[in-house]
Amino acid sequence: MAELIEELSQVSLDESQEAPQEVATKAPEEYGTPTVIVDDLHIVYKVYGAATEAEKGNAANALMRIVRRQGRPQMKEVHAVRGVTFVAHHGEAIGIIGRNGSGKSTLLRAIAGLLPPHKGAVYTDGQPSLLGVNAALMKELTGERNIVLGCYAMGMSPAEVEQRYEEIVDFSGIGEFVQFPMSTYSSGMGARLRFAISSAKTHNVLLIDEALATGDRDFKRKSQERIMQMRDAAGTVFLVAHNLDVIEETCNRVIWLHKGKIKMEGEPGEVLEAYNKA
Amino acid sequence: MSQPESAVADAQAGGRAGESLAELAARHGLRRAIARPSMPAYLRQLWERRHFILTYATSRNVSKYSESALGQLWQVLTPLLNAAVYWLMFGVILAQSKKIDNYPAFLITGVMVFTFTQRTVTGGSKSISSNLSLIRALHFPRAALPLAYAIQELQLLGWSMGVLFVLVLITGVHITWLWLLVPVTLVLQLVFNVGASLFMARIGAFVRDMNQLLPFVLRTWLYASGVFYDISDKTKGLPAALRWALEFNPAAAYIKFMRDVLIYGHLPERWVWATCIFWAVFALIVGFWYFWRAEERYGRG
Repeated sequence: MAELIEELSQVSLDESQEAPQEVATKAPEEYGTPTVIVDDLHIVYKVYGAATEAEKGNAANALMRIVRRQGRPQMKEVHAVRGVTFVAHHGEAIGIIGRNGSGKSTLLRAIAGLLPPHKGAVYTDGQPSLLGVNAALMKELTGERNIVLGCYAMGMSPAEVEQRYEEIVDFSGIGEFVQFPMSTYSSGMGARLRFAISSAKTHNVLLIDEALATGDRDFKRKSQERIMQMRDAAGTVFLVAHNLDVIEETCNRVIWLHKGKIKMEGEPGEVLEAYNKA
Repeated sequence: MSQPESAVADAQAGGRAGESLAELAARHGLRRAIARPSMPAYLRQLWERRHFILTYATSRNVSKYSESALGQLWQVLTPLLNAAVYWLMFGVILAQSKKIDNYPAFLITGVMVFTFTQRTVTGGSKSISSNLSLIRALHFPRAALPLAYAIQELQLLGWSMGVLFVLVLITGVHITWLWLLVPVTLVLQLVFNVGASLFMARIGAFVRDMNQLLPFVLRTWLYASGVFYDISDKTKGLPAALRWALEFNPAAAYIKFMRDVLIYGHLPERWVWATCIFWAVFALIVGFWYFWRAEERYGRG
């Protein structure tokens, strides 16, 4: 395992020498005090069951590995974020773009304080929240029960849940289906209910992962509006999306992640142009 | 590896050149996003999440049986079938029953009490590792998960106890005032279970193979806890130290307490009380402290 980490850091060192980084030096003076500071952040996490067919082998091989004190090949360490540094200020909406697997979602989770840094630190004001309660919901339960469960999971009090309940049902537009188990919903209905629940809470620092705005065109527009409202209410918003139009409309600053590092950072127009060319 | 230019630019934007980001953070009162709260703060957060813990436990119980035709009836059927299997095995086939008064009641009490601990500990050890996506998505004190699993088992225990009371009455035992002590021992056992499952939750989160190994450990514990036989009877020939170790076993103590008040109608001896209380307090303090120490690392898996 130690060798693996060494190897990974070797790789990342080589890369950083090859690729000189374009960094935007325009400071966002027009914005308020810092709300999120990310200081040379590294995230390493473990993945299980990632072995190739050749590595799997049989029980005898497994025994030999234990005897030779080699690690399980099924477990890999992934160095997802490799030294990211930036400061976000009050009133900013920051878009994070990059290819699949460039570390966008991992970075978001680290800012939310859900993944511990391997090295470096994230400093925040209050508790940044990730928009999304999918993991807390249970598909065997009715929409009704899931709304209550999801609201509690986000840390609401019973009074708040009662107050928000009608609004959530209305916004999701699932009507009487709220009495049925979520497993009977169409994928669009499920997505609508999930978005309605997760956007019911107001946040100070808001982190939005892509693919939230799913469903039919009407609902897409509704959810886009809701995101704009939340951006205005929140101090700082981070938005991860593949849909570059959304980023251009919503954000005042864009960070382009490539293989866990910042490749470029700055005005949306500038960065998106470079990203589209690459 | 890092972006020094951007860092410096941002630090300057904050107002003072040459200031490190950590200093900038400190000046604006920002704290590390991931830091373990102090123990009192942690307990307070946990209390604030009590509605989530309760709802999560209930929801898991409801969803657990929602796919089967008999539905929630399984909450009663499961303990009944368990008791029937053990009674057939040890009461009829192995004919243990001749040596012990009212063996069916003796056996069923033992099985129900042990199952409570067994299921809570099993659930607790999986509570973190099987909820990683939840841990990586939302903020809450992670101890809420093992606690919710313990509450879930407590809700099931309500049904088991109902079944147990009925079966014990059928075997000819009369209700006494001592039955009022049943909640006392159950609370002590619950506290012990919570402590043990918090402890196992941390181990299960980082040692993945624990979930494979745990059933064997628990089965060994089951056989050592006098569910099927009377410990003091079987250990007569053993050295005093070994005998004491077997009797000091927490599961054995909770089982003995329950049998004394429920079936045999006498107050448990002082050492039984002491053992039950000791294990509850000890497990809760050690388990909670041990779990809390790794609070910020559970998301890593």
